[in-house]
Amino acid sequence: MTPTLEVKDLCTHFFTREGVAKAVDGVSFTVKPGEILGLVGESGSGKSVTGFSIIGLVDQPGRVVSGSVKYKGEELIGATPERMRALRGAEIAMVFQDPMMTLNPVLRVGYQIIEAILAHDAKVPHAEARSRARDALAAVGIPSPEERLDTYPHQLSGGMRQRVAIAIALVNKPALIIADEPTTALDVTIQGQILAEVQQLAKETGTALVWITHDLGVVAGLSDRLAVMYGGRVVEQGPTDDILARPLHPYTYGLLGSLPTRNRRGEKLVQIPGMTPSLMKMPKGCAFGPRCTRATVQCEEVPRLEQPMPDRELRCFNPVPAERSVAA
Amino acid sequence: MNAMIETRGLTKRFEKRLDFAGKLAKRMGADLKDEIVRAVDAVDLSVMKGEVVGLVGESGCGKSTIGRMIAGIMPATEGSVYWQGRDRNTLSGADAKAAKLAVQMVFQDPASSLNPRLRVEETIGEAPLVHGLVTRAERDDYVDQTLLSVGLDPAVKRRYPHQFSGGQRQRIGIARALAVKPSFIVADEAVAALDVSIRAQIINLFVELKDRLDLTYLFISHDLSIVEHVADRVVVMYLGRVVESAPTSEIFARPNHPYAISLLASLPRVEDRKRSFHVVKGEIPSPLAPPPGCHFHPRCPNAFERCRVERPALREIAPGHVSACHLNDLT
Repeated sequence: MTPTLEVKDLCTHFFTREGVAKAVDGVSFTVKPGEILGLVGESGSGKSVTGFSIIGLVDQPGRVVSGSVKYKGEELIGATPERMRALRGAEIAMVFQDPMMTLNPVLRVGYQIIEAILAHDAKVPHAEARSRARDALAAVGIPSPEERLDTYPHQLSGGMRQRVAIAIALVNKPALIIADEPTTALDVTIQGQILAEVQQLAKETGTALVWITHDLGVVAGLSDRLAVMYGGRVVEQGPTDDILARPLHPYTYGLLGSLPTRNRRGEKLVQIPGMTPSLMKMPKGCAFGPRCTRATVQCEEVPRLEQPMPDRELRCFNPVPAERSVAA
Repeated sequence: MNAMIETRGLTKRFEKRLDFAGKLAKRMGADLKDEIVRAVDAVDLSVMKGEVVGLVGESGCGKSTIGRMIAGIMPATEGSVYWQGRDRNTLSGADAKAAKLAVQMVFQDPASSLNPRLRVEETIGEAPLVHGLVTRAERDDYVDQTLLSVGLDPAVKRRYPHQFSGGQRQRIGIARALAVKPSFIVADEAVAALDVSIRAQIINLFVELKDRLDLTYLFISHDLSIVEHVADRVVVMYLGRVVESAPTSEIFARPNHPYAISLLASLPRVEDRKRSFHVVKGEIPSPLAPPPGCHFHPRCPNAFERCRVERPALREIAPGHVSACHLNDLT
């Protein structure tokens, strides 16, 4: 079976006056149909730029410098703008963090959904487009969708707006959705509703999903596989349950250990020392090296992506030994 | 024992009165009203000395507004704040000043709460100098000590806020609050803007400072896992009202109010994986037109007739555990 998305050695660099920022520096992963991949990382880890690179929305001064992005076997890096335009919104859709930025404030919700339908098939009769738009709103759990078609974005709450943005992404039944922190700005009860709906949709429609987030709690319940990013590289990758039960990379290990729920109440949280490096002055070798307690001289070289266990990928010279792993 | 901070019937209304054109339109029969948001609706809250109280709720529930009123940077519409048993509005002179300095606030976004044009030493050293806690000659040393206490190198004090990372800026924000030697800190979403790995550092700093400086916290957060970790007692708010309050372990084990139950159930945790997400139906109603009776009744699975008309009062259901729900009267 051809994977829906195959990213290989993707490098996206930003050429600024201060120097070259290697936002994405050799990222590889694949997503199969119906699979949810959680792309986890902190700010500046390159997770969003990875998403933008896949869909071809990297702006100047950024550029995909090397690597390949294959959608159902078709190479997207270097594809013509026309081809990308045909794919975007029809086959590959993206949901962004802030729905107020993605929805046009002066157009009715219904118009914006219908626009997405007609942009890819101008021959759809208006009545049919409208009923499809209504169905899309209903699919993401919006009550009385018929009336909501005629509202403006500002009349909706944050959760509703994000549902509209997801409905626009879904309306052409894409095979791949890239969701960039879509629930970060929402309240927990609303986030729970949206996650439940997304999980069900992926299961029912076989849509592949790349869920970009900083919140391990969200992807723990949602995703099938996890890719943990740090300093522009995927440092660890594998099935979600395996990684949470047995993190191999010291960064993943530290990240999981620092979650309050993993610690006993009132006790000191396990903390990762130092701070996230600036993209402009990335440490030599392993980007996590300066903060890592297990670092050795060897870590001044970039560790290669290896397979220490079946179905697990790791970029580390000194992985966390089994006996130190936290029990979930 | 007297509470360190106590609020009685604390209320904040934000009112938008009709302007002249609005009044005129209303005369002509337009359907216009004064808009009144009850951000905080008669809240009684007390914090004992040495206690960490976690105030949780979703956006718009009034938790930040309470924090601001307690910190004294926003006046209350009704009700009052008692500082060590005395109404803060009745204090004057030295007592009033001491009560004000004793309560300090740490804000969510250190980038916007620090003056970008002031060097760190000015940001931290200004208030203690103005309030006569240190003399001009002592100020330098005092700033150094304060910086050290929050884990920053005193050598950085000549720098400006933009030269620091998010975590360091939050440390500066904490240092500024500590500089006037407060005994009570209101931390409003103080770690929400930070990266996960940095968050743990700042939470540890809060815990450490509490022990070292004998502080009391009102810890406002939407993140229940953080509150579970730091707080002794949790207060849950919904649309301007307190719906439940209990010791931390008690509320996480036996939440009583339907809202608290659903809030705890929607918290995504790393521990329980791949489960179906708990769904609370509906949305938070607009605070402009909150539902009558119990504010939660339109979303509540167990609501009955009385919930639609009568506001439930907070009642003790177990020692130290209060909840505002009519369902407790049924059994």
